[in-house]
Amino acid sequence: MTDRAFHRSRAQMLPERPAPIISVGVIGWIRTNLFSTWLSVALTLVSVGLLALILPPLIDWTFLEATYVGASGKDCIGAGACWAWFDQRIDQFVYGFYPEDAYWRANLAVILLVPAVGYLLFANLPYARYGRWFSLAYPVIAAILLVGGLGLDMVRTDQFGGFVLNLVAGITGIVLSLPIGILLALGRRSRMPIVRMFSVAFIEFIRGVPLITLLFVAIILLPIFLPREVSLDQLVRVMVIITLFASAYMAEVIRGGLQAIPQGQYEAGQAMALGYWQSMRLIVLPQALKISIPGIVNTFIGLFKDTTLVIIIGLFDILGQARLLQTNQDWLGKVDYETFLLAALFFFVICFGMSRYSINLEKRLDTTRR
Amino acid sequence: MPFPVPDENPRAVTDRAPSVGGGFDIARAWTDERVRGVIFQIAMIVGVVAVAVFIVLNTIANYEEAGLSFGYGFLFDTANFDINQRLIEYASTSTYGKAFAVGGINTILVAVMGVATATVIGFVTGVLRLSNNFLVSRIVGIWVEFTRNVPVLLQIIFWWLFMLALPKVRQSLSIGDTVFLNNRGVRLPSPIYEDGSAIVLATILAGIVATVAVRIWAKRRQDATGRIFPVGWAGLGLIAGLPLAVYFALGQPLAFDVPVQKRFNLQGGVSITPELVALWLALSTYTGAFISEIVRSGILAVSRGQTEAAGALGLRRGQTMRLIVLPQALRVIVPPMTSQYLNLTKNSSLAVAIGYQDIVSVGDTILNQSGQAIEVISLYMAFYLSLSLLTSAFMNWYNKRIALVER
Repeated sequence: MTDRAFHRSRAQMLPERPAPIISVGVIGWIRTNLFSTWLSVALTLVSVGLLALILPPLIDWTFLEATYVGASGKDCIGAGACWAWFDQRIDQFVYGFYPEDAYWRANLAVILLVPAVGYLLFANLPYARYGRWFSLAYPVIAAILLVGGLGLDMVRTDQFGGFVLNLVAGITGIVLSLPIGILLALGRRSRMPIVRMFSVAFIEFIRGVPLITLLFVAIILLPIFLPREVSLDQLVRVMVIITLFASAYMAEVIRGGLQAIPQGQYEAGQAMALGYWQSMRLIVLPQALKISIPGIVNTFIGLFKDTTLVIIIGLFDILGQARLLQTNQDWLGKVDYETFLLAALFFFVICFGMSRYSINLEKRLDTTRR
Repeated sequence: MPFPVPDENPRAVTDRAPSVGGGFDIARAWTDERVRGVIFQIAMIVGVVAVAVFIVLNTIANYEEAGLSFGYGFLFDTANFDINQRLIEYASTSTYGKAFAVGGINTILVAVMGVATATVIGFVTGVLRLSNNFLVSRIVGIWVEFTRNVPVLLQIIFWWLFMLALPKVRQSLSIGDTVFLNNRGVRLPSPIYEDGSAIVLATILAGIVATVAVRIWAKRRQDATGRIFPVGWAGLGLIAGLPLAVYFALGQPLAFDVPVQKRFNLQGGVSITPELVALWLALSTYTGAFISEIVRSGILAVSRGQTEAAGALGLRRGQTMRLIVLPQALRVIVPPMTSQYLNLTKNSSLAVAIGYQDIVSVGDTILNQSGQAIEVISLYMAFYLSLSLLTSAFMNWYNKRIALVER
């Protein structure tokens, strides 16, 4: 017997054994994500139960047992949803009472929005030089397309409706509320006492009352405040109010961003002999706006959802169109959930899209944590 | 080379007072930030005053033309309309002022109910969304995203239509034959107060006060000696146990009037209108979804090291959450929560769309009857502004209490 026989260790590595089947692959995933603890097991069972309870009837109602063809609600006799209205009414849902032969103008205005926004957000697109000018001119182009003029037939603003109304009110608000909000935020931090006072009073007042009371001001009080000869367009009044409302919230979001910028940045601007507006534009605001992006987008989303409030003062946006159809003699009581489901989807797609984009933008602009 | 004389540099003038003594130079004064500031502010005041005067003059003219006189005297006139949802005495012979009060109380009612349920919904779903359980976090996530991204007005009308589509009274749905659901709302058992019920209620109050006292004492003792006192169990005993004991000792003086299904109608109990239920459901789920996100990000903001440190100290999971994570998360959670509460209160004004008689919808009726537009709308605004101020004052106080105390 030599010493070698008593070696306790092996001379060679053994081949790796596969990980236990219960901790990898599908089974492993299920174990860690669904059945890790007793509480988790209970939660999984409850969730599966809930899904089994809700999903099949929901799918049945929405698709399988739904009625797709019919002239009126009387044709919807099945247990499922009634989608028969869709073909004849979808145009009204989207365009309201906009003249049918002018639909292309609304479409074009919405399509042109894509490059207009694109050139503002991305620096590296082709023809960026002209693109910026296009973005600046877009509001005018869109207004002419939508309302008319320059050879296009005029469309009365009370013909606006449906989702186009939400889009027009929302986009105008978004475009205008940002600059006004920036001015208000700067005003609130101004060293001029009167300017500061006005800004604080405006912001706190607007944020303290519900939008609907401000809409009442626009619709009921404005005619009292103005001479009798003057009459402003109803849609314009509503858009002004929605814009001012969003600006106050925007101002607070941006003020948060401004406060997060270290004092040294302001002083650096002064040290470089920049004037107030120069140092704001070149040094402070780019940083402040960047960190306020999540808040700004949230305000945009809130503003867009708030455009539905116009139905309370008698305009027919997409929600108003849904209500019109619900109370229509032909469809009474048959399309309550169906029309709302469609309207909800319209909003969900846009608002959810905006919030996802803001998360994405935040990550891209994040220069701190690399 | 001579250095540039200071006067040639416009920035250098900034810190000097405009020359007052020798010859006032307009061009030079304009380069002074303070002078420009003063001029700008004067222009601003003049502009605002001019607009205000313009509005007042027009208003006077327009009121005169309509044969109205400005003032709040109309609040003492008879209202002549009914309000079916009311917590205080009101009849159509009451005054407009009383009608406003009923509306205001209705707004506060739905706001308080909504805030309470939204907070519970928000905290539960916020924690569930962080669960390790894949299914639970996904389901909650989809619900939160959908609820958050659909306009609240749509949700309010949806729940209202849902309530109205419930079966008729004769086919009421019932939960254990005590709570009934039908298209006229929800019928709940109502308490009947007999002799001695006041004592039971007083014991509950006393229990709450005693629990607070025990808590303060237990904290002092723990600070001094380190020994922990089970405040939770003691509180349960004092708030629930003691009144129950008194309740049985006095021979069950507090009974419930349970609604009974009769041939044509439900009898007994207290009913809640479908409008209130719809508004409450919509507001609490909508705001709950926002609070859920706030709670989630608040918990995520507490660094992992804190949880690990708690583990190293030997705290159990529940203790870690309660003593380490939540107190720190609350600092992040409370400020945005305040604005959610305010949003809920303001969103309750959308009640006018479904006819829940809150202050806006009562005021709308008054406005149409009396024509006193400015007065009614100013009352709305005063009401909401003071509610906002009260809520934010309370939340600021609470925030100060839980804020990190720094040296």
